[in-house]
Parts: sequence; C-alpha cells; structure tokens
Amino acid sequence: MIIQDLMTVGSQKEIAKNIFEMKLTGKLVGEITSPGQFVHIRVSDSFELLLRRPISIAEINAEKNEMTIIYRAEGRGTTLLSEKREGDIVNVLGPLGNGFPVDETAAGQTAVLIGGGIGVPPLYELSRQLTAKGVNCIHILGFESDDVVFYEKEFATLGETHIATVDGSNGTQGFVTNVMSELSDDFETYYSCGPMPMLDAVQKAYVHKKGFLSFEQRMGCGIGACMACVCHTNENATDKSYVKVCSDGPVFPAGVVQI
Amino acid sequence: MNRLTVKLPGLDLKNPIMPASGCFGFGKEYGNLYDLSKLGAIMIKATTEEMRYGNPTPRVAETSSGMLNAIGLQNPGLQGVLTNELPWLEKFDVPIIANVAGSETADYVEVAKQISKAPNVHALELNISCPNVKRGGILFGTHPEIAKELTAAVKAVSSVPVYVKLSPNVTDIKEMALAVEAGGADGITMINTLLGMRLDEKTGKPVIANKTGGLSGPAIKPVAIRMVYEVSQVVNIPIIGMGGVTCVQDVVDFLSAGASAVAVGTANFVDPFVCPTIIEQLPAKLDELGIDHISELIGRSHRV
Repeated sequence: MIIQDLMTVGSQKEIAKNIFEMKLTGKLVGEITSPGQFVHIRVSDSFELLLRRPISIAEINAEKNEMTIIYRAEGRGTTLLSEKREGDIVNVLGPLGNGFPVDETAAGQTAVLIGGGIGVPPLYELSRQLTAKGVNCIHILGFESDDVVFYEKEFATLGETHIATVDGSNGTQGFVTNVMSELSDDFETYYSCGPMPMLDAVQKAYVHKKGFLSFEQRMGCGIGACMACVCHTNENATDKSYVKVCSDGPVFPAGVVQI
Repeated sequence: MNRLTVKLPGLDLKNPIMPASGCFGFGKEYGNLYDLSKLGAIMIKATTEEMRYGNPTPRVAETSSGMLNAIGLQNPGLQGVLTNELPWLEKFDVPIIANVAGSETADYVEVAKQISKAPNVHALELNISCPNVKRGGILFGTHPEIAKELTAAVKAVSSVPVYVKLSPNVTDIKEMALAVEAGGADGITMINTLLGMRLDEKTGKPVIANKTGGLSGPAIKPVAIRMVYEVSQVVNIPIIGMGGVTCVQDVVDFLSAGASAVAVGTANFVDPFVCPTIIEQLPAKLDELGIDHISELIGRSHRV
C-alpha cells in the first residue's frame, strides 16, 4: 500500500562526487514489495520547491525498518536533500510503482544486471534478492568517470562485477555495451536501469533474451493520476497504446516501451 | 447542524472542497489512498469526444512555488469515460463534475449531451481555457462572443447545470464572466492555468516539449484571488474558486474573495491526502474565526 510517511534520517554520506547515500527509517519500508520500486520525496516543507523528487530504493532492511536511497545532488531539490542530517525528518510517499520481477530467474540460473550512472542503485537490492535465492548475478555498471563510481565493492561481494567508464579512469573504457560484447551470452535473464540510450542499446544487444528495463521520466504526482510520465508502447507489445512510467512501471519487460 | 454544506446549481455539497480537473485523473489513484466519499465533489479529467494521447514529454516542469504542465488533454475519450471511468466512481457518495473539452462547437455539444446523462454526473464544467491544445480550448475562452455562443449551445443539450471554466489569460476576466453568464451558464469555475514557459539553464531552450505550459500552484494564488474578487462582484451566478490552494487558510481566502466552493489542484501532487486533510481542519478554522456556517465567509472581502 502507498503511504505518506515521516521518515527519520539515519545517516547521510557522500559516497562519490555529488552522489549521496541516505538511510531512512519508517513504517513505509514494510510496504515495499519488490526491488526497483521508488519513493517520492519532499525536499523541504516550503512550497518554493513544490514537487516531490522520485528516487529509487537501493537497499531494504526489513528488520530495522530501514531503506537506503542513493541519488545525485544535481539540482536545487536534491542538493537540499543532501543537506539533511541524522535525526532529520523527511516526508516520503511510497512505495511507488512496480519493481523488477525476481521470480523470472530461477535458482541456479544466471542473470546479468546492467546499470548506468544513477540507474545503478535499484540493481543493488535486486542483486541481493536474486543472489539470496541462489541466482548467479553478473553486474555491468557504467559511469562517466572513476570519481562518480559507487558501490563497486558492494556489488563485487554479490557476484562478478565489471565497471565501464566513459573516460577509462576505472575498468573498461567506454560504455556498458563494450563490456557486454566481451562477455558470453550464456545467461537466462537480464535486468537494466539507466539512461534511455543505454536501455535502447542493451535491449538491442540482447534481443533474444528475456529482459526487464527500468525507465526514468519527469514525473508529477508519482501515482498515475497526472499523466506527466507517459510513454508510447510498441505495437502489439501490450494491449495499451501508452504506459505511465510511475504506476505501470518503472520496470517493463523489454520491448514494451517505445524508445 | 453541518457547518460545511454548500448548495449550488446541481450540487448538494457536504463540504466545499473538491479536487480540480486534471489533477485527480478519474479518481482511481486517489481512491486507493482514501475514501472519495469524504470529498464535496470530484472534477474529473477533461473528456473529449475521441481518445487523446496528448503532448510529447517532458510535459511538466517545476518553477518557483509552482509548476508548468502541458499534458494536452490526454483522456480515454467519451465512450471510455462513460464505460469505464464514471461507473467505477458510482460506489462513492460524491457528485461528479464532468469537465468537457473539444476542438469545435459540435464535439463540445456531443460530449456534453452524452456525459450529462451519466447518473453520477451532477454538473458539467465547460473547459474553454486549456492553454495546451492547438485547437479549441483557450480560443473559446478568450473571445467573449464565442464563449457565450458555446455556453448557450452546450446549455441547450445538457441534462445538468453547466459551469464554465474561465482562463486567466485575458485582459478583462469580468467581460468573459459576463459573457458566459449571458450565454446561460449556471456557474463559473476559475481560474485555469496561466500560460508560462521555463528555459533550460544550459541550453536556453524551453524545458517542456510543447514549449509553453500552464502555470499552477501557490505562485498563481494572488492572481486567482484577485480575479474571483472581481468576477464575484459583477455576476449573479456562483463561483467555484481555484488556483494554488494548499491549505485551509487558502480555502478561507477564496471564499472571502467571493467563491462559494473551492477546488484543489496541484497540491494533490505534493500531498495526495490534501483534500481530506483540509476538510478535517475546516470546522476548527470556523471556530477560530468565530462563525457558525462556512457560507458566512463567502464574499466578505467586498461585502458592505
């Protein structure tokens, strides 16, 4: 169920250049049903920065009622969010949307998780849940440069991890597709989250594989009412001519959303 | 005694608070969050004769204390609304105000004729003020004679009272209000969004794909209050006021300016529970102001 929760900041850390990891505690965590869901956050109590900011969930700790979000402080809103400190209260709406289907990969099978930049965070909880059920996870994570790489070690503890940076300052020089082309395609499913051109390239490279893509789109309400975040669908991919990223997604099977 | 009741043409409201059209879809999403029967009424998303996809994305952009939108009247079309959306809302004890949009008189009339026969539609809101579509919409809302004729044409076929939603994008909104009143409007809803634009800081290009969008949110409240204040003094039909309402004090302000009921728009995106929250807080606000019934507030800004 979607609730509006006043969550408490447990910690806030800059884990890479302008990339922040924030832990939040509250009963909303108990409502999260799948990795890849997101929350909609008010960055201040004033109406000057009016709209909520959609941010993906990177890790869930159900026992402690704690979740981790990782975001880039880019505009005024996320910069304000990055100034919250331990003990501060944050107004959070969620969990929103439909996450990655963990059930689509069976124990003993292999899944490839491909993330780009600030699309990487939701793949972390996904990998935790997949590996916990016995799936072999291979991670391919793309970033601009080494100073914005995060969670490399955390992913490495869960499975084989490859880094690509555009400037070559960490791992393979280039994009995630450069790594993909060198790996075997002996896997059952892929899961991906990142910028639209990356999703497009991944989908094309793995056209015969079962895959799931998480999309990003400018949002208003976050719950499916305002029609701000709609995308066209590919013909015959679904019975709908359009989908709402916030409430029908953000995760869709590969091939559904027109890129 | 219920201190919040409001009686308007076609509408027996248990309280004066309703979500504004375009900010509440057809109710389903908010119906998952709270009991919609708590609301005074619901203004559903604009319905056109044929299904519309709307404008390309990005469709929204935040601005200081507000937001721009250019959705472009995306909706499932008249038959979709009659078959799927309105019947779903029947389980709630709440009157529906159906927002009617079109490109020319004929399609406005067709939608009005059919949608006004739905059992839970108690009034129409004639949308002559959408700034985000190329044809129809705001063209009807900026020419008094055209607005008057369209109002009369819709009024002639509607089975329920007709409210006309006015655009603030005019030089003299009183003239528009008088024109639709002369055309037979039973009430006025105001204001729709103000036409605006935001540029990308790096590229200098418009952020919204449609280039221009409608500005809403707290930023436009002073404009809306001024316009309700002006219009309520020249017409003899009631006004449902809106524009930047976020809290119970804003509701008091709109009633004081001359509105008889108040719609909440963009604030639903910030706090999806804002309408029931305001409704719960209203009685205490009346106590604080030392008045018995909410109707005592209406028009007190210009009452002698």
